[in-house]
Amino acid sequence: MTAATEIRRAGGADDAVGGVVPQEVVRPATVDQVSEVLRAAAADGRTVVPVGGRSKLTWAAPPDSADLLLDLTGLDRIVEHVAGDLTVVAEAGVRLPDLQARLGEAGQLLGLDPPEDGATLGGVVSANASGPRRLRYGTTRDLLIGITVVLADGTVAHAGGKVVKNVAGYDLGKVFTGAHGTLGAVASTTWRLHPVPPARRVVTLELPDVAAAGPLSIALARSTLTPSAVELIGRADGAARLVVLFESIAESVDAQAGAAVALLGGGEESDDVPEGFGRRPGGVDDVLLRLAYAPAALASVVGALPAGTALAAHAATGVSYAALPADAAVEALPRLRAALAPHDGTAVLLRAPDDVRDRLDHWGPAGDSLDLMRRVKERFDPERQMSPGRFVGGL
Amino acid sequence: MTAVAEPSVSDLTAALAERLRATVGTERVLTDRTQTRTYECDGLANFKVTPAIVVLAESRQHVVDTVRLCSQARVPFVARGSGTGLSGGALPSSDGVLLVLSRLRSLGAVDADNRQVTVEPGVINLWVTRDAAPYDLAYAPDPSSQLVCSIGGNVAENAGGAHCLKYGFTVNHVLGAEVVLPDGEVVHLGGRAPEHPGYDLLGAFIGSEGTLGVATELTLRLIRVPEAVQTMLVGYRSVEDAAGTVSDIIGAGIVPAAVEMMDALAIEAAEAAVNCGYPAGAVAVLVIELDGPQVEVEAQFRQVEEIAQRRNAFEVRIAADDAERALMWKGRKSAFAAVGRISPSYYVQDGVIPRTKLPEVLAEMKRMADAKGLRVANVFHAGDGNLHPLVLFDDAVEGQAHEAEELAGAILELCITSGGSITGEHGVGQEKRMKMAKQFTPEDLDTMQLLRCAFDPDGIANPGKVFPTPRLCGERPGVRKGEHPVQAAGLGEVF
Repeated sequence: MTAATEIRRAGGADDAVGGVVPQEVVRPATVDQVSEVLRAAAADGRTVVPVGGRSKLTWAAPPDSADLLLDLTGLDRIVEHVAGDLTVVAEAGVRLPDLQARLGEAGQLLGLDPPEDGATLGGVVSANASGPRRLRYGTTRDLLIGITVVLADGTVAHAGGKVVKNVAGYDLGKVFTGAHGTLGAVASTTWRLHPVPPARRVVTLELPDVAAAGPLSIALARSTLTPSAVELIGRADGAARLVVLFESIAESVDAQAGAAVALLGGGEESDDVPEGFGRRPGGVDDVLLRLAYAPAALASVVGALPAGTALAAHAATGVSYAALPADAAVEALPRLRAALAPHDGTAVLLRAPDDVRDRLDHWGPAGDSLDLMRRVKERFDPERQMSPGRFVGGL
Repeated sequence: MTAVAEPSVSDLTAALAERLRATVGTERVLTDRTQTRTYECDGLANFKVTPAIVVLAESRQHVVDTVRLCSQARVPFVARGSGTGLSGGALPSSDGVLLVLSRLRSLGAVDADNRQVTVEPGVINLWVTRDAAPYDLAYAPDPSSQLVCSIGGNVAENAGGAHCLKYGFTVNHVLGAEVVLPDGEVVHLGGRAPEHPGYDLLGAFIGSEGTLGVATELTLRLIRVPEAVQTMLVGYRSVEDAAGTVSDIIGAGIVPAAVEMMDALAIEAAEAAVNCGYPAGAVAVLVIELDGPQVEVEAQFRQVEEIAQRRNAFEVRIAADDAERALMWKGRKSAFAAVGRISPSYYVQDGVIPRTKLPEVLAEMKRMADAKGLRVANVFHAGDGNLHPLVLFDDAVEGQAHEAEELAGAILELCITSGGSITGEHGVGQEKRMKMAKQFTPEDLDTMQLLRCAFDPDGIANPGKVFPTPRLCGERPGVRKGEHPVQAAGLGEVF
């Protein structure tokens, strides 16, 4: 028996998205029910914001309007895991840790490790969330092989498939990745999986300052070592720690950790990652940013951060998370964006205290393809009903 | 109302050719049929169309000018690189422009610290790795045609290759693209950084088979050349044992750089063509390659060897050096062309199945071929279930070409019903567009074409490819809708 769509009145601040309180929260249990909900909303001209575990709602700008909160956590089935094919089909509301636990029973994993508690697959896709192991496995765009989406008018569409290698048709999964629900709702996802590596070895090196990690991460990337992650954790104006994670068979991680110590000119070996590894930096009072830039620019990027910033960088990939003191952020953000620009870099706001958020440009400049993005939005959601205003350029 | 005669196609193209000559230069515009006939097909020679006009672009500006003039005249254009595609993706329009990009061949300097390089679309795939080699870097996608195929074509088709089991496809190795949209506007998708705010239109553009625009510059991600590479060639007396070996390797948690399989007929052809010395009497061979840190490769290579032995391999040959490795690969990489040695004609197919369905799909394929009295040679990327059945036939036998085409089509439908795809790397192109309706619902195809309408509302970029029926884009939705809320609030203009 399939559960019916649950509908309730919104519960105030708990259901708010960026301060906007919806009228109703709707929780369908099947893809068809999602389609019915969206078709009805379209008929009534109501705006819809899809949500999953609600762990990254602040990653996009507040919506212009949110009549309906579309809670996708009812779509919680792991539909099909074929271990021999290293693939899994799972609905959008499945929680990432639950999926990993199930896959782990077969010695497999999905190569995504964003740290946000309670994250669902749909949310991970829609926010394009990733963690330290993106160095090894890539991100959603490298791992998502099929998708089912529901458009604003209730149309259910699929793209990709259940096989890893597939070039039939446009890859809509790419366009929905990181789209924050502005093109439609992600209902189901299909992924390529990897085997769980049997052994792990960690090298931790204490550094006098974060900038010292720049040349070291370049040296690691140019070496034949194959770390799963190279994490830099520290403060912009203080000491830092470089954590290099190796995951493979025992012989390999031992040999590589030894070689890494030689290459880095020091470091302590251990079997486990240190406390705080893979977490986002800072706390709720800070302004959290995601920085992306050409990877070799790490040293210049950290040099441009204001004093007091806490940093967690995926050092070899060109992606960092920076927690700026809120009082400095309003002035610092435009300067930081200017400093990133020569490195093709950008800074996106992920979280800020309410009183500061409204004074910050959430997405920053989107480049010369913004008009094209606007045309894409207009085609998928001509009435602007899906998460209006949450995306770049007010899309 | 006065009746005004519509200008005929030839009037339109003649006028366009004049404007093109004036803009990009007379010597770069071909209209003489003896010259334009050169471009009548790509690597799939059973479709032939002579284009009305050929433009040999030598700069980004030539591409922009050509596309803009086509857009103004509402004349279709088809971009073409080296023309090695196997699905008719670069098949010209008889009333349109074929835009040849092979002369856009400049390679930027390798940025070793960022592990990237920016190139023009006409650059040959292998040149990238050649330029990167002094820095111990390489470009991972390695389609079998890599000696001649262009990066622009690779991007259009999201090209794969033998090593994509471990390293992924073109889409995983292109960081940025400068794209001329079908109205002549130039945009930059992606860039040198790993992420950018906004929709991942780069991801959608790669593999769109020339239907969303023309790339004029591409920034490619380079990988570090691994410390060690080991390759083995394994002979089997049954296809089931070869397929079982692949499953057991994956089951053991090993991700090889490549696992390639060839059946008896494909082996026979390769032997006849390049004398690659594959094990005599083998019903199937696997070429298995592992790469990575030395200790890891050595340990896992021993494990793979044990797995192969348990699966009744009768010969395991290990490449002692790069020359021996090259010979093992030579048989595999020349397999398509080699089939010409054992059959007057053949049809190359490209389909994908879930790897675990391999034995049953191969058995069914054999049954289907026997029923038609045709032979099928099989060459495939076994690690990711990407089949390349080669349907052998003789043109001289009445009706056999048709039978072969039918069989090739039936094999694709078998791939779909097995949970796979009609193409793993060759693209849909002209050849398989009708099959798209078997793999996808009308809603799926309409939704994909929303993207097409956003990029190319007039449908002039490589029309008639990929989709069984074009979607009419209508007017731009933003134009006919009410006031944009941002505009209503007095905060900005509608775009």
